[in-house]
Amino acid sequence: MSVVAALLRRDLGLMFGGAGRGATLLPVLFFVAVAMLYPFAVGPAPDLLARTGGGVVWIAALLASILPLDRLLARDVERGVFDQLYLRGVADELAIAVRLLAHWLSFGPPLMLAAIPAAMLLGLDGTTLRTVELGLLAGTPGLAAIGLVIAALTVGLRGGAALSGLLLIPLAVPLLVFGAGALSTGGAGGIALTGAISLVLVAIAPFAGGAAIRAAREG
Amino acid sequence: MEPASLSATDLACRRGERLLFRGLSFALQPGEALQIAGPNGTGKSSLLRILAGLLRPWAGTVGRTGEVALLDERLALDGDLPLGKALQFWERVDGIDFGAHPATPLPGGEGPGVGVPTLPEAPNTPTLPSPFRGRENAVEDLGLAGLLDVPVRFLSTGQRKRAAILMSNARGAGLWLLDEPLNGLDAQAGASFQRQVADYLSRGGIAVVASHQPFDVPGMRRLELADYAP
Repeated sequence: MSVVAALLRRDLGLMFGGAGRGATLLPVLFFVAVAMLYPFAVGPAPDLLARTGGGVVWIAALLASILPLDRLLARDVERGVFDQLYLRGVADELAIAVRLLAHWLSFGPPLMLAAIPAAMLLGLDGTTLRTVELGLLAGTPGLAAIGLVIAALTVGLRGGAALSGLLLIPLAVPLLVFGAGALSTGGAGGIALTGAISLVLVAIAPFAGGAAIRAAREG
Repeated sequence: MEPASLSATDLACRRGERLLFRGLSFALQPGEALQIAGPNGTGKSSLLRILAGLLRPWAGTVGRTGEVALLDERLALDGDLPLGKALQFWERVDGIDFGAHPATPLPGGEGPGVGVPTLPEAPNTPTLPSPFRGRENAVEDLGLAGLLDVPVRFLSTGQRKRAAILMSNARGAGLWLLDEPLNGLDAQAGASFQRQVADYLSRGGIAVVASHQPFDVPGMRRLELADYAP
């Protein structure tokens, strides 16, 4: 248990403290920037913004989740952190599971907070904002899980960052369909399905990520 | 320190399309050391990674009991953090205190030389405070005490090496795999580290040293990896 606490403390320290802070803030700023630019691009008609704004928030969240991927695991693999942990009997799966939690904490809740000013910029009403927030709560763990597995798979590749984006987008489509779909149907069913997909992804991610790290070690 | 043992039976290693070595066998008991010598590219590092269990041998088996520590060319510390903070993570993982707290200096400042790498005292010396006992090395022994506030990325090659030595086996694993341990160390620090390894062996440790430089530890066997090339 103390190992989990030490890992989580380190991961969160790297994401929120010192030099890591700017890189953690970047996806959030990107997210707000998309919401800000959208009315300039399509025009300020309130009914259009209200109808499409929720979907734009979702697309912005999905694209923002690509930004932190290149620095999520690559440096630790390069420095041999996972090797040293492995020699101390810490399974790769455990290290990845803790990283998943830290990664979600560094981008899920900040995105949900940023969704409030984004909703104001897009003129979304309270009900829509509530659906967006619930959808993000259900969907961002899944996005974090997909991102982490992709980061683990592309860890040894040159230009992995560009590849990450291309890989994440198709895999995130189910989350987008149900999460953003809940906006048009207004139903809790979409959010529940988003949550279900997220749970499956979160359950798979530590094992897939751990296997990818091991494969990179052998390679 | 828990006694370890290490044996290799008919090991072969292939990287990509190249067979690096084959038919390699040896066995080591507590207190024994082996130097793996050979030119660059003969598979010294790969052999150590196989012995550590990080790499699967292409053929053959590795028998290992006890904990294993690996020192290689990488430094598993976060570059942006001050050295003390970066080391504290490994203190927490290992569940021991190797003196990386700048705020709480180790007791007995007159003891192991401050700022100068020296041979750690024998573990049963009664004057030593208890946290020193059985520890392979500590911040002060390696001359890192004055660097705890310095971000890891500003450390020199030799200082990075000393930090890597510290975090690789502060927990006292019975088997210590050393990949080019003298690279980057100056003559004094290198001699000090060789004495430290000799002391580690005398306390029942096993050391496997992959190095193209001479590594002077009494009773160390030597294995020319080139002899096992296909």
